[in-house]
Amino acid sequence: MKKLKAQDAKIIDSLYKVPGKNKWSLKEKLLLGLTPRQYVSQALRNPLNWLFAIIFAIGLPILAGRFFFGLSWVTESSYDYPWGLFLGFGLFTMVPLSSSGFQLGTAVEIFGRHDLEPIERLALLNGLLGYFFAVCFLLADLGQPWRLPYPMLFSFGPAAVLFLVAWHVAIYLSVQIAEVSESFFEWIGFSMGKRAIRNITLGLTIAGIILSTLHQGALGALFTYAPGKVHPLWYSASYQWLNFFVSSMPAGLCMVIVVSSIVSKTMAWRYDENFIKNLDQLTITLARGAAMCLATYFTIKLISLAHDNKWEYLVSGWGVWYIFEMGAGVLLPLLLFTSAIKNNKVGMIRVTALITIFGVVLNRLNTALITFNWKMAERFTPHWREVVITVTIFTIYIVVYRFILYRLPILYRWKTADENALVPFTE
Amino acid sequence: MKRRDFLKACTICGAAASLGFSRQAWGVSFEGYPDRMGVLVDLTRCIGCRSCEAACNKEQQLSAPALPFDDLSVFENKRRPTEWAYTVVNRYETKKEGVPVYRKVQCNHCNEPACLTSCLVNAYTKTKEGAVIYNPKVCIGCRACMVACPFSIPGYSYSSAFNPVVKKCIFCYDTRLKYGKPPACVEICPQEVLTFGRLNDLIKVGHERIRQIPGKYIDHIYGEKEMGGTGWIYLSGVPFDQIGFDTTLGNEPIISNVKEFLAFIPMVLAIWPALFSGLHLLSNNGKDHDNSIPHQEGAEP
Repeated sequence: MKKLKAQDAKIIDSLYKVPGKNKWSLKEKLLLGLTPRQYVSQALRNPLNWLFAIIFAIGLPILAGRFFFGLSWVTESSYDYPWGLFLGFGLFTMVPLSSSGFQLGTAVEIFGRHDLEPIERLALLNGLLGYFFAVCFLLADLGQPWRLPYPMLFSFGPAAVLFLVAWHVAIYLSVQIAEVSESFFEWIGFSMGKRAIRNITLGLTIAGIILSTLHQGALGALFTYAPGKVHPLWYSASYQWLNFFVSSMPAGLCMVIVVSSIVSKTMAWRYDENFIKNLDQLTITLARGAAMCLATYFTIKLISLAHDNKWEYLVSGWGVWYIFEMGAGVLLPLLLFTSAIKNNKVGMIRVTALITIFGVVLNRLNTALITFNWKMAERFTPHWREVVITVTIFTIYIVVYRFILYRLPILYRWKTADENALVPFTE
Repeated sequence: MKRRDFLKACTICGAAASLGFSRQAWGVSFEGYPDRMGVLVDLTRCIGCRSCEAACNKEQQLSAPALPFDDLSVFENKRRPTEWAYTVVNRYETKKEGVPVYRKVQCNHCNEPACLTSCLVNAYTKTKEGAVIYNPKVCIGCRACMVACPFSIPGYSYSSAFNPVVKKCIFCYDTRLKYGKPPACVEICPQEVLTFGRLNDLIKVGHERIRQIPGKYIDHIYGEKEMGGTGWIYLSGVPFDQIGFDTTLGNEPIISNVKEFLAFIPMVLAIWPALFSGLHLLSNNGKDHDNSIPHQEGAEP
């Protein structure tokens, strides 16, 4: 892309090909304004695409095989570990990593922090895609995925936490699609739709907070069904939902930090001045939020231990593992964030964000899989095909993420006709 | 509306609401259907002949097992119910006189089943006869019931690509219990280990047996209170934790754990909209949330 840009290729960032006259066609928009040949050659030049191609070549047939040969073909079919990587990783970690949407939405739309705007759309998109792919993981895991709408249409189990999760994820996905569609409407040039969304933004944002509070918490509350199976250190009857909800917040913020860092290094042709000039400052602001959430999370984790008087478990094998999770995944990033914010070290913040994500992912894996059934001798071990499918779906996630960032006005501002006429595209 | 009318309306609504709630409050603790049936399992009588396993296999039309039912080598491992076997018998070597103790495992048919409360499509039903049955037609296959079951009972037919379902003991509901007949395993047992009857009567029988021969039994009926009470209850001559029973489960049904969160949900739905709209008004001072406010660069120090 860099090369093309140097060759003066025009990358689409407005509705009009020639200001005020003819518009870009959809095909041209999809190809970013490049000729098909240019597009293919830039795609082939990217080594990442080759890696993706290898993953898909192996993973897609196995993913298809899962639906023809059944779950026993791709998982260990354990009765004691009914939830494997698809839910343990796919659902339980993708959802907290996607809490960015409601947080940035709240900051900008509710609290009027318009300084966060350059990164708001990225946070919303991160939320939408995370949820969408959590549902994709769920579809791979469900025994009869074609019955996914049953809890909405035919058969209701309203006393079940999962019933709530199903409804909330479905509604929240729609809310997030509506939120992100603002940039989609800009891109296809449907200004009426954009205005309509703008008018209900406040409502959407508040719906987002409600739904996020409840189902981030609900994922934790799911484990209160299995009090004897989740290890006591990862279990708290009263605070399980709070632990999950609060830890999702730094995870979501750190995802935005990490994704925006990757983008700032690899998509120089796509973002605009407004994004890159503010990015360092925004990263620090996000890190500040994440540090506060981490401190809160650490505190309520301690309270959870004290409330149920579970200190004795700390001096066991699992206790050491728990101390590692809290030390490396919560305390360490908290300290690093504090020092980095104080000294304005953006690079350090970015690394720390990655550690925070690791900490939250580890927490979910520990709760759902690693320490699950702690009284049993048999530990969870994934089937190799299960690992391949998980990697494949995650790769599809990355590809879709990139596809959208390349096109929709997420990292740059869509130029309206007037602006375009005044400020011709240079550089 | 006049102020007086408003107050009147408030009072009436408040009274109506409190009436509704108070009626519910009396029904919080569910003691189980009064005429539910159960089975008393007297583990001191079991000789490990596995005829209950065979009877179950036949009654539920399950596929033939790899090893025949008279093969006793299966006792070398501890087994659990699976999609192929709704009941299994395990052998435990205990400290008591070197005599092994056999324990039959199957669905305990809880009064307030965890599987039922965790199911988002309501696939499970606790019938008034006492069976916990399952409707494979609505099951989406999330397997939350398997995670929730404190006794690790439900199996799942993972190998089926197009119609995988939960497989577990249903108390022979369709073929027997519905017609007042005991399940197949109870009928076949040559040692009278299993006694079928009204659960409330069986609990009395159990306590009577403990009283009659002092020292023969541990003074406890497992399942009388565990997890809110189960339909299958157990008498043993050795401590329950030595023969694979989880004695740490407590007496509260699983749903009691979850209620705290469930109660919190309507409050979020009710309070959050006003709370956050209010915060929005407070923090924006009535200003429009359009891009009318100039972009603040470096607002943070």
